[in-house]
Amino acid sequence: MTLFIEQCLNGLQFGLLLFLLAAGLTLVFGIMDLVNLAHGSLYMIGAYFAATFAAWTGSFVLGAVMAFFATLLVGMAVEVIAMRRLYGRDHLDHVLGTFGLILFFDEAVRLIWGPDGMSLPLPSWLNTAVTIVPGFSYSAYRLSIIVVTLAVAGGLYLLVMRTRIGMLIRAGASNREMVGALGINIKLLYTLVFGLGAALAGLAGLMQAPILTVQVGMGENILILAFVITVIGGIGSIRGSFIAALFVGFVDTLGRSFFPDILRTLLSPEAAATLAPALSSMLIYLLMAIVLIVKPEGLFSASGR
Amino acid sequence: MTLSVRSLATVLLFVGLLLLPLYVQATGDRFLLTLFTRIVILALAAVSLNLILGFGGMMSFGHAAYLGIGGYAVGMLAHEGIVSGLVQWPVALAASALFALVVGALSLRTRGVYFIMITLAFAQMAYYVVSGIARYGGDDGLTIYKRSQFGAWLDLSNKVVFYYVCLALLMATVYLVWRLVNSRFGMVIQGARSNETRMRAIGFPTYRYKLVCFVIAGTLGGLAGALLANHNEFVSPSTMYWTRSGDLIVMVVLGGMGSAAGPVFGAVALLVLEEVLSRITEYWPIILGPLLLLIVLFARGGIDGLLAATRWPARKKAPL
Repeated sequence: MTLFIEQCLNGLQFGLLLFLLAAGLTLVFGIMDLVNLAHGSLYMIGAYFAATFAAWTGSFVLGAVMAFFATLLVGMAVEVIAMRRLYGRDHLDHVLGTFGLILFFDEAVRLIWGPDGMSLPLPSWLNTAVTIVPGFSYSAYRLSIIVVTLAVAGGLYLLVMRTRIGMLIRAGASNREMVGALGINIKLLYTLVFGLGAALAGLAGLMQAPILTVQVGMGENILILAFVITVIGGIGSIRGSFIAALFVGFVDTLGRSFFPDILRTLLSPEAAATLAPALSSMLIYLLMAIVLIVKPEGLFSASGR
Repeated sequence: MTLSVRSLATVLLFVGLLLLPLYVQATGDRFLLTLFTRIVILALAAVSLNLILGFGGMMSFGHAAYLGIGGYAVGMLAHEGIVSGLVQWPVALAASALFALVVGALSLRTRGVYFIMITLAFAQMAYYVVSGIARYGGDDGLTIYKRSQFGAWLDLSNKVVFYYVCLALLMATVYLVWRLVNSRFGMVIQGARSNETRMRAIGFPTYRYKLVCFVIAGTLGGLAGALLANHNEFVSPSTMYWTRSGDLIVMVVLGGMGSAAGPVFGAVALLVLEEVLSRITEYWPIILGPLLLLIVLFARGGIDGLLAATRWPARKKAPL
């Protein structure tokens, strides 16, 4: 039972982390109609920045904050230099152009930081377990990820639904010409939105950094998961990607930890040992297939797409 | 009647590919033959992708899955001691066709960017499945100790013979795709790309047409996979990693989606460019990446588009 609760919390933490990535992806798609494969690169860059800045300043939190803003700047620069020219093009052009950007970023990171991975050590006050209820304790760092991502998700909701900027973002998503005609600097708005998406990806990367190794290509695996989430949630819908991200986080984490045991009760040990890893990694894709059979536009599709 | 620049370039490309082993014989540059065998095989995969991507407007981002499935069919059978190509290759084709049928049936229910992401996700699923099968090497891949056997009359372990087999299959594929897109079937597919609603209104069940097209492309992709596995004498999950699908799209777009042979230009250009850049610097993708972006921004239509736009210099007519 303790294990189950712990895995549920892990699933929640992973799901919330995925939400940060998927939110940026779906925001950029919903508003600029841009398919951004290089989103995973920004996740990677956030992690590298955090590892570097934390080593410079000697403070984990300071390094993380600096990395967040540095990724924001990188994202805005990428938008101004490259992405801006891709708006209004075919999706195939987006795929190709951003694929080129992935090659560039992966190699640039290899050039700057070297081919070996980096690690981001946790400060001692985070590297402990906190007792939630007597007899059950949980990693303080993972718990802090849950708190931070929930706060960010809430902040994002307030930003999009309750502020003037958010109103402009939503208006830009439904009719960009009209927003431009009303005298809004749509170029600047797009740069900000892209930067925001990049910063969210960077935040996900830097929070994941102490758990995994920081290495070239780390963004590519998780990018696919973020894609699956945006598809399940309905592309362009932040609410949809929030729910889908939690769903995927739970299914993936619980599937990996309990699926082998379930199989073992049904099949012979050898058959279970062969099938379990393959099947548990297939689980979320099966989930996606089922969602698409029922609702080809995702669970919460933004209207008109 | 004069030959257009585009047709002449296509003829010259294939003549060049046909004569390549002679050049290799003369210079003794064995590496060139290995490189071009690889190019020819990936060109086959790109030509098959172009059938759905260029002509069908179905932006599949999971075409590398068929390379992997075709390859694993050969590898797994070889691992179990079945080395006859007459068994291996049909199984490779059938497995790819079946996978394409399932993926296509589900994915074609969706449009646009959903389609891109779903095909991508299915390919990743295939990637994780083979990574998880410990019996066939899992993450480490599977070494193939013996190339597919076709009896005494066709020895695939002879590099020149194997090159010509690959080239013959490439040419057959280009011909097949060319015939297909110019047939009634191809017209329906292309019609569905530009206006699906209208095609349905005329009475064509476009979903079925597109699905058949998708399966044909997948099967041909599986053929390329079987060849690639024989060429490398090795198959690993990374064969179907999504960046490989990206490479195939790059080949198609770089070469041009407008003609059946376009992707062959793209495959040759991309892989030769990679080879040249990697001799200049170890960090060659840092040049290739931005180059791709520039191609997307400024050279739409690819090499084929440039060739199609090129005309012979006009001859001055003699005055009467």
